[in-house]
Amino acid sequence: MNLAAHLPAHLPALQVVLPLLAAPLAVLLRSGNAAFVLVTAVAWAAFAVSLGLWQQTGAGAVISYAIGSWPAPWGIELRVDRLSAFVLVLVSGMAAIVLPYCRQSIEREIPKEQHYLFYAMFALCLTGLLGITITGDAFNVFVFLEVSSLSTYVLIALGRDRRALMAAYQYLIMGTIGATFIVIGVGLLYLSTGTLNLADIGARLPQVSGSRPVLAALAFLTVGICLKLALFPLHQWLPSAYTYAPSAVSAFLAATATKVSVYVLLRFYFSVFGESLLFDRLPLPEIMLLLSLAAMFIASALAIFQDDLKRIFAYSSVAQIGYITLGLSFGSESGLTATVVHLFNHGLTKGALFMLAGILVIVAGGTSLSRLSGIGKAMPLASFGIVLGGLSLIGVPGTVGFVSKWYLVLAALEQGQWWLVMAIVASSLLAVVYVWRFVEIAWFREPRADLPKDRRIPLSLQIPAGLLVAATVYFGLDTSFTVGSAAAAAEQLLGMNQ
Amino acid sequence: MSLAGHFSYWVTIFLMVAGLFILISRGNLIKKLVGLGIFQTSVYLLYIAPGKLIGGTAPILADNFTVYSNPLPHVLILTAIVVGVATLALGLALTVRIRETYGSIEEDEILAADLVDDAPAAEEKR
Repeated sequence: MNLAAHLPAHLPALQVVLPLLAAPLAVLLRSGNAAFVLVTAVAWAAFAVSLGLWQQTGAGAVISYAIGSWPAPWGIELRVDRLSAFVLVLVSGMAAIVLPYCRQSIEREIPKEQHYLFYAMFALCLTGLLGITITGDAFNVFVFLEVSSLSTYVLIALGRDRRALMAAYQYLIMGTIGATFIVIGVGLLYLSTGTLNLADIGARLPQVSGSRPVLAALAFLTVGICLKLALFPLHQWLPSAYTYAPSAVSAFLAATATKVSVYVLLRFYFSVFGESLLFDRLPLPEIMLLLSLAAMFIASALAIFQDDLKRIFAYSSVAQIGYITLGLSFGSESGLTATVVHLFNHGLTKGALFMLAGILVIVAGGTSLSRLSGIGKAMPLASFGIVLGGLSLIGVPGTVGFVSKWYLVLAALEQGQWWLVMAIVASSLLAVVYVWRFVEIAWFREPRADLPKDRRIPLSLQIPAGLLVAATVYFGLDTSFTVGSAAAAAEQLLGMNQ
Repeated sequence: MSLAGHFSYWVTIFLMVAGLFILISRGNLIKKLVGLGIFQTSVYLLYIAPGKLIGGTAPILADNFTVYSNPLPHVLILTAIVVGVATLALGLALTVRIRETYGSIEEDEILAADLVDDAPAAEEKR
């Protein structure tokens, strides 16, 4: 049997199986270095697989992979289309970039004997996130969601501050409520349609559309998923979790975890329930619009008053999720394009920012703003990177943030909503304020006397962080990959139920 | 809508709301996990109860049986139970670690200890 010839057909299974196998192997190896090599290699392999899948779905083809050769409505199906391929590239790509950074970063934050367990958890988290994105089965979504969530709680609890424990506990409670709500929603859908395959549910739902169990399912799924994606006001778990987690974990989670939840929301809304139920018969756009605006303004305003750099970025994440759901609330193709583009762009930006914050921690000993005074003079390169990332959060032309906001504004104009354009610009001004706070403290104050003399940063930390900062600029100038993929994904998503 | 006919749903809803109430109203970390467990258990019932038909047998093809119960919900809930056990175990493990570092498992006492931590002097220690 020729292995190479069969490989392209089995890419969907490999996408999940590779990191899934890496996790127990990493535990068996019982050595931090060996586990690091294994999991990093697997993450890069997963990245290559996702690029292959992205290419295979390039012409709008939908890959359906029957696990164990059991055909789709009965067996579990893996399903890849433009949107899932794009999200897979983001998740596996971020894992591939963050992992080399992990080694030196956790060296300083986690006891040596726990390193191999860290990599095992990281591999499990990656498995869960990739699994959620690739599966075509509603119950499978829940199982993979819990695989990624449980490993995430452990990763957050590894933070060296004791408050990380409480952050992990609170996230566990909130996350489990969210996941249970999702199971309730899936259960009600199963009771109404008798199937668990997402595409099959979507096909059968019009017969029972608008019945009370279906509406209840929609409500449970919306609340459950919005808890996981930290839509305002369900975001309370996020700031502490991102602040006290180890730096590498913050970077990976901020770039991927909430983004995958947004993907789940899009999948359930547009592939299962269909936009005619959501946008013509229910006041869902209005609710989403209101919550998005609240996130954009209130979370940005809260970010201004935080005294810790990582906490500022965490609140800014909540605000940026507002932009993502704002695009969704339009229900139009251009709105969804903005959503999907911002999903990717914000992932890049926040990944870069949390990695750079992790570099500052090494020299400054913490990320509270009082410790960072004058850090711009002591560490010009890393601080400059943070400012570049901050410009992207604001949406300055030449960065990825501008691309997202441009498409968001276009979508708002298409709806004839001028006041929304003003709102987008006004909330960006709030971002200027919290980015400026960092600039003021980093450059216009004297460096602290207790900064260490030896400020060399290992290359394995500099290169991944630098790469992501470069990517936030590169994809801000050349948008053919991001906007092209997002537009195709939005078109396919809206075309599904017609 | 008959009360008796929807008996299993009433029990489900009662457990669901009772679990959520414990979760929200109690500050003790262990009690919260108990509430979470009850909340999750209600979902098991939501899945399993509608799968059972009175007089139905296991889905085995045989001439003298015509009514079958649906076995799929059982399988799904078996998975959900495993997830629930893992969540509970992790929650309890975190509680043990919190008890070791804070010396308390009451939420308000822990938050009060964090406020002391936030003072600049304590920052220097870490």
